[in-house]
Amino acid sequence: MDKKTVIKIKGLKKQYGSKPALNGVNLEVFKGELFAYLGPNGAGKSTTIRILTGLTKKTAGDVWLDGYHIETHPKQAKSQFGLVPQSINLDMELSVRENLDIHGRLYGLGSKHRKMRIEQVLRYVDMEEEINTLVKRLSGGMKRRIMIARALIHSPSILFLDEPTVGLDAKIRRRLWALIKKIQEQGTTIFLTTHYIEEAEFLAHRVAFLDKGSIITIDSPENLIQGVGNWALDFLEDGTLKTIYFEKRKQAKEYILTHTGSFSLRRVNLEDAFLRLTGKKMQ
Amino acid sequence: MINGFFAVYLREILILKRKIKRQILSMSISPLLYLIAFGYAMGNKVVVHGHSYIEFLIPGLVAMSSMTYSFGISSEINIARFYWQIFDEFQASPISDVAYVLGEVAAAITRAFLGIFIILFLGYIFGVHLNYLNLYFFGGILLNSFVFASIAVALAMLVKSHADQAFLSSFVITPMAFLGGTFFPVDRLPGWAQIFIKLLPITHAARVIRKSAFGEIPNLNSYLILFVLGIIFFGLAIKTVAMARD
Repeated sequence: MDKKTVIKIKGLKKQYGSKPALNGVNLEVFKGELFAYLGPNGAGKSTTIRILTGLTKKTAGDVWLDGYHIETHPKQAKSQFGLVPQSINLDMELSVRENLDIHGRLYGLGSKHRKMRIEQVLRYVDMEEEINTLVKRLSGGMKRRIMIARALIHSPSILFLDEPTVGLDAKIRRRLWALIKKIQEQGTTIFLTTHYIEEAEFLAHRVAFLDKGSIITIDSPENLIQGVGNWALDFLEDGTLKTIYFEKRKQAKEYILTHTGSFSLRRVNLEDAFLRLTGKKMQ
Repeated sequence: MINGFFAVYLREILILKRKIKRQILSMSISPLLYLIAFGYAMGNKVVVHGHSYIEFLIPGLVAMSSMTYSFGISSEINIARFYWQIFDEFQASPISDVAYVLGEVAAAITRAFLGIFIILFLGYIFGVHLNYLNLYFFGGILLNSFVFASIAVALAMLVKSHADQAFLSSFVITPMAFLGGTFFPVDRLPGWAQIFIKLLPITHAARVIRKSAFGEIPNLNSYLILFVLGIIFFGLAIKTVAMARD
């Protein structure tokens, strides 16, 4: 992976009235990286994406996208990214082709180029047969794929995915993961917000934990997990679910044999890392 | 800027095209009722400024409809903004605020002209043949639509919910629709009321549209007033697009 910084955030703050939403976020995302931004609901994930994409005004701080400052060079900065927002914002009354065509025009693609890119991106997301279908007739998973196709139509170097699999069943979610992985492998930098732990574990090169508008830590999923241990033992104590961590499975089994109660042994995941760092669960 | 403007305009026109039958039907209902209730029922018995009431009414309906149909773009914008969140797509794209406003205003004017052609057609069915094919007539419609389309975009950006939009329509559009010389001659009102009503853009629009439809040359000052108001509200609309970012 190239170490060129494509997303740079410095001292980013957002305040809604007297309520702080972001408290001075600093981070850098590198070219070709799949970066996951994890946190519980209300942590500030969507606010960060909305500021980065020009939908929300920041209170303080600076943001550069592929070298362009979002305030001093907004047009150039906006041309560098594609956005897949959390809610489906396609025109339901229009066809897939019409939705993509309008998007292509917004990014200044010429007629021939637009036509070619519409065919390419639809093939890419395996939706070329639906080109003339009205969006309202598509399933939830198909709409998500069309949103990804739309975000890619102008060949952006950065793709922002805000909870891209929320509300989808496990099978469709895994299919979208494969698509996201494919996009990243072809060189697009992906900034992903999610509250699905397994999504970040499966996809991300690096993960940032966000809590109450502040970044707690940034590291690879492997390093974050290793810092906790390898095995997690869940058990109930006084009606509360507790977890203790072990380096080896054997140590956990010995603990079970020497204690009474109902235990559940599993592999440590990013949720445990978040719990260890913040003292609370993510979901 | 042209690409951005055309993308915004094309989207509105494609949506309009998708529901064109319903749109024509809904645009026909009110003028048809007005023509039946005020025009046909009164027929030639009432004479206003030397014309039958139905002849007086049609240009008034044209003025009123160019206002209401162009202002109607505010509802479309709000649905796109609050319900479908399509406005975010425009905000995140590299188009200028001017291109966005221009696209929405042009779409609003197109809708207004569609509604007006329906009224003229209905008027023709009711046997009203006025002098429509002149620049004064269509210039008045264009400027009036421009003023109210620009107001519509500005208000659509300022409101925080779809309910607020309906509230504003009740206070801005409905009084103007009835008081601005659309259904009755303004000179029959008391002096103080005339002063107030002459400040409204719809009064100037109704006056020039009616005069030109009667084959007379309207007062050009009214066009100037509409043009200046249109530019002011267009500028305001551009300012409010940036304010719509939370």
